Amino acid sequence: MTIYVNDWDIVSPGELLAEDEYKAGLNVYREGRRLYSMVVGLLRVNRRTLNVIPLSGHYIPKVGDIVIGEVIDLTPTSYIVDIRSPYTAILHVNEALSKPLNLYEENLRKYYDVGDYVIARVIYFEPGLNPLLSCKEKGLGKVKRGRLLVTPPSRVPRLIGRQGSMVNLIKKETGCDLIIGQNGYILVISKDLEGEAMAIKAIRMVEEEAHVSGLTTRVASLLRKEKIAPS
Amino acid sequence: MLLKIKTAQLLEELSKGRRIDGRALDAFRSINVETGIIGRADGSAKVSLGGTLVLAGVKLEIGEPFTDTPNLGVLTTNAEFLPLASPSFEPGPPDENAIELARIVDRGIRKADMIDLEKLCIIPGKKVWLIWVDIYVLNHDGNLVDAAALAAVAALLNTKVPKVEVIGESIKVLYEEKEPLPIKGIPVTVTTVKVGNYLLVDPGLAEEEAMEAKLTVVVINGQVCALQKGGEGFLTYEEVTEAIKIAIRKAEELKEQLVKVVR
Amino acid sequence: MGGLKLIDENGLRLDGRRPDEVRPLNMEVGILKSADGSAYVEQGKTKVLAAVYGPRAPHPKHLALPDRAVLRCRYHMAPFSVEVRKSPAPSRREIELSKVIRGALMSAIYLEKFPATVIDVFVEVLEADGGTRCAGINAASLALSDAGIPMRDLVSACAVGKAGGVMVVDLTDVEDKNGEVDLPMAMMPGRGVITLLQLDGKLTVEEFEEALKMGQKACLQIYKAQREALKKRYLSIRKQIEKEGESIAIED
Repeated sequence: MTIYVNDWDIVSPGELLAEDEYKAGLNVYREGRRLYSMVVGLLRVNRRTLNVIPLSGHYIPKVGDIVIGEVIDLTPTSYIVDIRSPYTAILHVNEALSKPLNLYEENLRKYYDVGDYVIARVIYFEPGLNPLLSCKEKGLGKVKRGRLLVTPPSRVPRLIGRQGSMVNLIKKETGCDLIIGQNGYILVISKDLEGEAMAIKAIRMVEEEAHVSGLTTRVASLLRKEKIAPS
Repeated sequence: MLLKIKTAQLLEELSKGRRIDGRALDAFRSINVETGIIGRADGSAKVSLGGTLVLAGVKLEIGEPFTDTPNLGVLTTNAEFLPLASPSFEPGPPDENAIELARIVDRGIRKADMIDLEKLCIIPGKKVWLIWVDIYVLNHDGNLVDAAALAAVAALLNTKVPKVEVIGESIKVLYEEKEPLPIKGIPVTVTTVKVGNYLLVDPGLAEEEAMEAKLTVVVINGQVCALQKGGEGFLTYEEVTEAIKIAIRKAEELKEQLVKVVR
Repeated sequence: MGGLKLIDENGLRLDGRRPDEVRPLNMEVGILKSADGSAYVEQGKTKVLAAVYGPRAPHPKHLALPDRAVLRCRYHMAPFSVEVRKSPAPSRREIELSKVIRGALMSAIYLEKFPATVIDVFVEVLEADGGTRCAGINAASLALSDAGIPMRDLVSACAVGKAGGVMVVDLTDVEDKNGEVDLPMAMMPGRGVITLLQLDGKLTVEEFEEALKMGQKACLQIYKAQREALKKRYLSIRKQIEKEGESIAIED
């Protein structure tokens, strides 16, 4: 069992990671006996599986993901939604609301118009086709308040943290509600400007330092400092 | 989808040592070269390589040399992929494939030192012979570059230059007294494609569509003088050296044919 | 070729390099904020900039492929990059080089992962002193990696040539124009395969094999520099944080 790299190493495309009994995880490929990285990213070793967490890249939809997007067009039966992905999403009129819509009586624009932002779930995606969205669930639908931020989608897992540890920390310390779309949109709903500013600082720190261990501790320490002496 | 099936079929035949048209892996299709067919051109040749048909015409003109080579004639090569040659060719100026082909043919002729450009100087710095080589692809059945190079070379071998009398600053062109272009060598172009683990010489259309990479090699006197890797894939070092050795070997055979036709 | 000695009595080249020496390299990744990925590469005086946009939705739609991304490549020289001003309109040479550069990068990219999209690679030569297509490929590989596009390997390129009768690597413009042979090559060094190969000039088979070996060694040097350039940003942030002495709690 040979491994040439360490957990938390930054690796790059084509870099030789390990041989033999190790398994290829995320962004890792096998050629014969050897495992190589496909992207620039953070190597994480999970027992015998090697994963490379990418440090950049566009959002590619995955069924089940919560995303936030902008309505950019309408067709007679659907809303076209830009989810900052190479693939434009479609929110079909039957999936747009928690109640069914009667196309002959209703005006589609009444619910979502061009320029509106929506929080939705990806219910169907096959590479090469447009992903389909749904807003039927509670909590999904048009964004009515809050501030929208954009972060690289590669940072989203870190921003959420293991079982929500990071996002919950930020919510608790800032008093803000955070809705994070897997596609990199973040909705910050704050009670006051200071809380919002703190939340944004914390998000930017995660963006910058996602590849360095001990991030949760540093974010916690930043938020505590900000509470005492806001900069 | 159709391409994948075709490629699978190709590979199956190759595993049995056969190409789909029954040729050996290193065999060219039947070649036919006819020269002097376009009266108004100063030199011309028509080449058929299997189903691929290419016409090359040479036109001579007296003009100014390049400033950095004041006593050399000027060679310019252009290629047109005519829309009538293939369902995939569209009307318009030369696309990247036509441009690449013209530049490969040009490099091959230039680096082989085929034409003695010094002898084409009339008044240094002022008047030299300009050689325009125009390659016209009439039918695409694979391996346009080898057919085009063959046509260009044959057309140049067929070209006759009028004698020029220099009287002080003026010149007199003696159109009735013509002699062949001053030729120093005859380059031969051999293209090999990689399909699976096989190297196939003179690819037919189906083989070209299935190929991962191709290597066009121009040979002069047993040496390589120009080379271009094409295609979206890659070649190993062994494949490159193997393709070059095959090209040098095939170039000898092809040159004999060329020389025969032109004499 | 008259009079210019490309190799002196000590076997050194005009700029003092040994025949197998690559020029000083400078590589910066992520310098253009709007692009998905970008890189700046200097090889001696040659300066190139590469930017990658994609994968993104194709415009026009019909140029999309159903099973993979389409790779588009544009190699272009700035009018002020050369001795005699060059018109900004694409020349035949730029069109051919755009094509061969695309051919050099394609097999390195996992295009199948992004069907019905387009990946655009733009290479701009800011200053030309030989080896621009190779520097362009080196920068493009960095830009593709910076964009997070999955690749089998980096693509590293370098030209080999013959100047003053001696085989040399990484030719300057003077060596290219006055030398006997120019052989640009690109490879995926980890896979040991060649993705770009062109020859302009006479070589015997033996000389060719020697040239390939020299080229491979030069490409490996560039490969190393590319890897370092990709990691630099992240490692310097990490170092800075470690210096600030925050407690490193390893999270699982």
